[in-house]
Amino acid sequence: MKSSVIVFPGSNCDRDVAVALQKFKIENKMVWHEETTLPKSDIVVLPGGFSYGDYLRTGCIASKSKIVSEIIKHANKGGLILGICNGFQILIESGLLPGSLLRNKKLRFLSKNVFLKVVNIKNSFCSDFKNKDIIELPIAHNEGNYFASNDLIKKLEDNNSIAFKYSDKDGNISIESNPNGSSNNIAGILNEKKNILGMMPHPERLIDPILSGEDGSMLFSSLLKN
Amino acid sequence: MKISEKIIEKHGITKSEYKRIITLVGRELNLLELGIFSAMWNEHCSYKSSKKYLKTLPTKNNKVIQGPGENAGVVDIEDNDALVFKIESHNHPSFIEPYQGAATGVGGILRDIFTMGARPIALLNSIHFGDPNHPKTKNLLSGVVSGIGGYGNCMGIPTIGGEVKFNSSYNENILVNAMAVGLTKKNKIFYSKANGVNQPVIYVGSKTGRDGIHGASMASAEFDDNVDNKKPTVQVGDPFAEKLLLEACLELMKDDSIISIQDMGAAGLTSSSVEMASKGNLGIEINLDKIPCREKKMTPYEMMLSESQERMLLILKSGKEDDAKKIFSKWGLDFSIIGKTTNTNHLVLNFKNIEVANLPLSSLSKDAPVYDRKWKKKLPSKKIDAPKNFQTKDISECLVKILSSPNNAEKSWVWEQYDSTVMGDTIQKPGGDSGVVRVHGKNKGIALTIDSSAHYCLADPIIGGKQVVCETWRNLVAVGSKPIAITNCLNFGNPEKEEIMGQFVETIDGISQACSYLDFPVVSGNVSFYNETKKNSIYPTPTIGGVGLIKNLNYTMNKNLKEIDSNILIIGKTSGHLFQSEFFREVLNFKEGSPPAVNLFNEKNNGLSILNLISKNLVNSVHDISSGGILVALVEMCISGKIGAKVKIPKRDINHFEFLFGEDQSRYIIEVNEKNMKEVDKLLKENSVYYEKIGKTQKDSLDIDNICKMKLNSLGEIINKWFKSYYKE
Repeated sequence: MKSSVIVFPGSNCDRDVAVALQKFKIENKMVWHEETTLPKSDIVVLPGGFSYGDYLRTGCIASKSKIVSEIIKHANKGGLILGICNGFQILIESGLLPGSLLRNKKLRFLSKNVFLKVVNIKNSFCSDFKNKDIIELPIAHNEGNYFASNDLIKKLEDNNSIAFKYSDKDGNISIESNPNGSSNNIAGILNEKKNILGMMPHPERLIDPILSGEDGSMLFSSLLKN
Repeated sequence: MKISEKIIEKHGITKSEYKRIITLVGRELNLLELGIFSAMWNEHCSYKSSKKYLKTLPTKNNKVIQGPGENAGVVDIEDNDALVFKIESHNHPSFIEPYQGAATGVGGILRDIFTMGARPIALLNSIHFGDPNHPKTKNLLSGVVSGIGGYGNCMGIPTIGGEVKFNSSYNENILVNAMAVGLTKKNKIFYSKANGVNQPVIYVGSKTGRDGIHGASMASAEFDDNVDNKKPTVQVGDPFAEKLLLEACLELMKDDSIISIQDMGAAGLTSSSVEMASKGNLGIEINLDKIPCREKKMTPYEMMLSESQERMLLILKSGKEDDAKKIFSKWGLDFSIIGKTTNTNHLVLNFKNIEVANLPLSSLSKDAPVYDRKWKKKLPSKKIDAPKNFQTKDISECLVKILSSPNNAEKSWVWEQYDSTVMGDTIQKPGGDSGVVRVHGKNKGIALTIDSSAHYCLADPIIGGKQVVCETWRNLVAVGSKPIAITNCLNFGNPEKEEIMGQFVETIDGISQACSYLDFPVVSGNVSFYNETKKNSIYPTPTIGGVGLIKNLNYTMNKNLKEIDSNILIIGKTSGHLFQSEFFREVLNFKEGSPPAVNLFNEKNNGLSILNLISKNLVNSVHDISSGGILVALVEMCISGKIGAKVKIPKRDINHFEFLFGEDQSRYIIEVNEKNMKEVDKLLKENSVYYEKIGKTQKDSLDIDNICKMKLNSLGEIINKWFKSYYKE
């Protein structure tokens, strides 16, 4: 399997996700945002970080990069795309995923481990969560408060496009288990065709028992099933 | 323009210093030259009051690759890996403008690390604020925390440790000390010493603006009522630009085109060019028309004294300019050849084809004044009696009072604003004895901690200095790391006062004694004097950042209790020293008396024995006993491990309060399975380590000899309460 990790000025989880992909024997290339062609890839990853310093609006300037039109072509052909944290913000800004990401409810940066309920396991990213659908992953963001209109929320729910919701350790989804104010506790969503996943939590940071957990591993191992 | 006495005074230069300058240069100065002297001769850059004493610190052993004097210290961590680290203060700017002051403090210390060729892998910070009820504190705290987070998070470097303290002596003068740690190869360390004549001098990074002019001089004076007028001296940070600068510099450093490199920190272009050239015993010539400026019509004076952030000065091997320029252009950064090295030993500045300054470099660095300031010894406190009748108090109530005080409350409100897991190598996050990060791609780790104990230092600077080094050592030991070296940030009041200078001299003495005994050298650091507002000085606050090596991450340790029915042991003798303890301070509001004595033999012996137990896999958890004594340490272990404890207080000659809240040094709590007890007992006895078994772990509650019984859930709520209620969340 082949992957491309896109590097924008200010990306800072590019190495982390490349390490995770390589750990799962996915052959990875780093692709600078000014490139105009995408190497042959089964999956394109938009990493976390602060592309363009989060200036103007998170993900906004990066979404206008040269490489993004190639990524959109890749998506239209049904290729997989994973956007993590700032990558999720870029996917939204480039129109590949709906909704918007606002500042966290408490207006503070939030870095902590959270529990997630895996809501949809029938997609290329989440199939290995079938045996464990309540997982723990770190979040680290200032703008992760997913906002969508009631119509959009209904559409996401009806299409089974919600991948992850913030929950407690028993899988209860409530205001108490919502760290950032996201509509319906949404932590990650899929597009209609389910080939694009955007998520705020960082699976690439928990792929090793020595880092106090490896729940992130299952996302990368799922990719291999494609 | 004639330089008047008033102008000289405004530049923070005394009459006698100006006389000395005239002798050194051989003529009167122009305004630009005066500005340059002011930047180089101020306390912040010249260490004129501290140099004499800093020289007495132990700075070498077989692990030290680079001691003080470079951008940061470097130690050997085996396998050709080298660790680069330093701490720095950004106190004055953070008080004037908390977000930008703290942010640029982080930015500055990070540049010191990657200037030496190392990729930063961790950040820590020690921040001190005034009384929480002081009208400025709430805003300063939230501004500083978001500034630290704003910069480090954007750079993508995990903040893995730190401390947050409150005391009214910081009401009008907060402390923001930031430490950064980087990793490089032993054969890939870059230095600031220039070498070779006619080599190109290159400016890279952000453009120069009018921000931060005279920042270093501002940091070398007390504050008065006009503090708000000093806002323009605070720099504005752009972490995005610094991230680009980091990547561009590391990319350039892959080959050998850099001769030397120096970041533009305090006193900007002035101090970087002067330091590089004078270390190399060369001269330097700069054409100021080539400086990339952000604003129009900037004068040479402004260019030389601006402290705009995210800038570097490089000396390249001649011929390498084009390749280097390509890298910086790719990252969208300015790259300008601004001058060359010369053999004149002078700093020469040209602007619009006119020579605007010409100064002998030695006059700016080597011949800068060094003062032997008068100082007063701190007299040992008189024998005072402990407060009466405290023994009738209820232990649980005392515990609750301590745990719900701002200094002892759990600090996750703060930690959660710092990204602690980016880079994917964080083994221990903030909140433990030390943070731990893995050396990328290897099974070894680095332990990092930062500590201060200002009220101990105020009561007795020698003991306080020793104690803070020992606490750092202990925190490193408690996670299973072998302590290697420290960096120190010495925050004090006005050194022109004998009493303050005395605090400084004696604290250094204490630090020096402990470092020598523990073979724990100081490899970098910074001195921050003039932490005074309207003549009120802060407590003497040496902040120590320590690093340790964990050779095999399978043997790292934390403070979380692990199992029910294991044994709880106190390592080290508890004699019940309550003066200067949290119990006396928080519960009885009693602040007199001397701090607990430090026995360096016990410190080393106990610590090495703990490391031995960890390496033999004989302990489940380890925690350093510090402020709050045994009881607070045990509560922390219970909460983080979600396991309770049942304790029987040994029948000895001390009372319950002394046993539970005493702050005797060199102690740890360890958790040992029954099956390992025999072996642990044997090893401790062989090494003459005093220990007491005080109880067993149990489910869900803390039970002290039937005098204190509390559920873990409620203890957790109490310790988490303070920050939430302070910010009404």
